[in-house]
Amino acid sequence: MAANRKNDINPSEITDEGLYRNRREFMRTASLAVAGAAALSLLPKNISIAHAQDSRTWKPNHPSQSDTKEELTPFKDITSYNNFYEFGVDKDDPAQYAGTLKTQPWSVAVDGHVKKPAVYHLEDILKGESMEDRIYRHRCVEGWSMVIPWLGFPLANLIKRVEPASKAKYVAFQTKFAPDEMPGQRTSALRWPYVEGLRMDEAMHPLSLLAVGLYGKSLPNQDGAPIRLVVPWKYGFKSIKSIVKISFVESLPPTAWNLATPNEYGFYSNVNPEVDHPRWSQARERRIGEFFKRKTLMFNGYADQVAGLYSGMDLRKDF
Amino acid sequence: MLCLAPLILLAWNGLNGNLSANPISDITNETGIWTIRFIVATLAITPLRRITRLHGLITFRRMIGLFAFFYGSLHFTTYIWLDQFFDWRAILKDIPKRPFIMIGFASFVLMIPLAVTSTQKMIRRLGGRRWDILHRLIYITAVGACIHYIWLVKVVTYRQIVYATLVAALLLFRLLWKLRGESLQKTHQPAKKPLAA
Repeated sequence: MAANRKNDINPSEITDEGLYRNRREFMRTASLAVAGAAALSLLPKNISIAHAQDSRTWKPNHPSQSDTKEELTPFKDITSYNNFYEFGVDKDDPAQYAGTLKTQPWSVAVDGHVKKPAVYHLEDILKGESMEDRIYRHRCVEGWSMVIPWLGFPLANLIKRVEPASKAKYVAFQTKFAPDEMPGQRTSALRWPYVEGLRMDEAMHPLSLLAVGLYGKSLPNQDGAPIRLVVPWKYGFKSIKSIVKISFVESLPPTAWNLATPNEYGFYSNVNPEVDHPRWSQARERRIGEFFKRKTLMFNGYADQVAGLYSGMDLRKDF
Repeated sequence: MLCLAPLILLAWNGLNGNLSANPISDITNETGIWTIRFIVATLAITPLRRITRLHGLITFRRMIGLFAFFYGSLHFTTYIWLDQFFDWRAILKDIPKRPFIMIGFASFVLMIPLAVTSTQKMIRRLGGRRWDILHRLIYITAVGACIHYIWLVKVVTYRQIVYATLVAALLLFRLLWKLRGESLQKTHQPAKKPLAA
């Protein structure tokens, strides 16, 4: 917790403090509740409470709200402007078509070099985890960014629970493959299923999050329900959505965008204003809701926490 | 003015907050795609005219061509003004990074002489034949616009392919028509006569 608090967006960037306190209050209650009993059966209930709270206090549709700068990206934007090619290549496709994705029941297969490989019910994965809300910057490789209050728990917690063997050097992730539920998978926009991966130390880093919600609500399908990865110092596509499989592997796992265009998207894909995409500059970004572009920060502003992971590496070569 | 409908719709959606969370990107995309659509439309006039023998269609060609230029100007202005906000240093740095911008810019620039010489007076002044040759620049613009579109997306989808195919088909039609005309000429001429250059 302490580690990630430090890097959170500075307070001036966040508007409604009252609301934020509210959410924190809720989170405390929620995490207690979740930690308490048979976890997931409680989670949706808690989440519906949060929904009620938010809809009273948070009115993203009103222009007065969108006028304020340097704040959390409105819920509406986070849930209507998505890259989730499983539902189409346009930003509004996921919000429009993700309704068909079945998120219940949901299970996540854990395999590879681990002591406890199994197909886990999502309930079991969430059991005993206390949910935290974390406000992270989110930088898309296309040059836009958001500030998103995620709800989740450290990926490291899950990794420790399944006890990887020393042979496990990387963690590989896979999105659900169900072309009848995900219309984009019927096209050849990318190779399906979507796969991603992290080096073990990246995966164990306290900033790496498994998110199940945002704005205190359970994740909308278009944002990667019911469980997704969030790695805030990397371009958004590394934060794989709707995870059904986590594998502990010995060698560098394939990753979806690298498979699509290897010279443009590397395995690491750390946010780096000095290493441009071959076809466009990464020096600046447009924060959703802002007119002027802002400078992109090294490791998306998390350099003091993650730069050490890459010391001695040539980030131009290992982009 | 039906050709203004896309702009009016865009403005309406903009004013009513119906655009996405990234409206500048929406405006850029919309004006760009309508530029390509009008280029395709203006290229389609001649083949349509020849196939249908509706020679009256020619009267629409100038207007459609000018609208291609109009949307192209909006698209260009959006980039300079809304996207980069006249940050010339950033633009100069941006262009070599994004070669698709150069192609798009060149395609746009090539439309300027066409727009300038679109008046009756200019046609008369240039003379039909020279005007015709000059206005073939639109072929280059059309190809350039397609490359620009394909080059800027992360993943090529049917959309980019549709426009590229349309442009290719319309240009191919012209080529075939020309070849056909030449072979017709040949058959109509006495065989022994050498072909004049």
